[in-house]
Amino acid sequence: MSEEFTSGTVKKFLYVNRRAPHGSNYAQEGLEVALIGAAFEQDVAMAYLDDGVFQLKSGQDTGKIGTKNFSATYRALGDYDVKRVYVERESLERRGLSQEDLMPLVYKDEDDDWEEKPLIHVVSAEEMRRIIDESDVILNF
Amino acid sequence: MSLEINGKSYETDEEGYLANLSDWSHDLAEAMAREDGCDLTDNHWEVVNFLREYYDEYQIAPAVRVLTKAIGKRLGKDKGNSRYLYELFPYGPAKQACKYAGLPKPTGCV
Repeated sequence: MSEEFTSGTVKKFLYVNRRAPHGSNYAQEGLEVALIGAAFEQDVAMAYLDDGVFQLKSGQDTGKIGTKNFSATYRALGDYDVKRVYVERESLERRGLSQEDLMPLVYKDEDDDWEEKPLIHVVSAEEMRRIIDESDVILNF
Repeated sequence: MSLEINGKSYETDEEGYLANLSDWSHDLAEAMAREDGCDLTDNHWEVVNFLREYYDEYQIAPAVRVLTKAIGKRLGKDKGNSRYLYELFPYGPAKQACKYAGLPKPTGCV
């Protein structure tokens, strides 16, 4: 094995989320796995398509279904140095949603006096295809 | 598993983390630390309290790298480094401090 690999190559991971947040464990598990990957300094990006866009909706309340409201955890993505969160525009539009319906996620840019910068990028299906294509490892949840 | 403190029993997982966040108290934290042979000083409490606030806000226990950075921002560079935190919590700062804070084992933990 070459030196480059043994010393740890940073791969581009993309976590693709397609399911609504609270009906199954997929959303929460996907988020946790992504955070673990980011904690080990992989280059992590998130993609939200289809019903997955509901995961980022603001004002979620799980009180009546008795599960943990883990939607607060998306706000930790920035702390874990995840700086790219992509949401497919077509998926939002088909569900009557727009960026204003989503949580205003930010990260604090260490290189720019900790200025808060937006994490969420709404992209077209075409751009999403390119983002998926350019990733080294793709994990579906 | 369970933890016996002052005649009361508290449910824990197999590694001694509290099963119910709401069981937590100041006294329980000190009792858990005592079992590990650790006396909680003000410096320990700063980290434990920080973790409880972090969990309250984000619903997760942060990984050690995230904790170190956040402590640095909150309490200054002389505390936001792994040497300082490992001196306080030799079993791994996030892991051990989370236990005393009554939180689940951290995501992506040391």
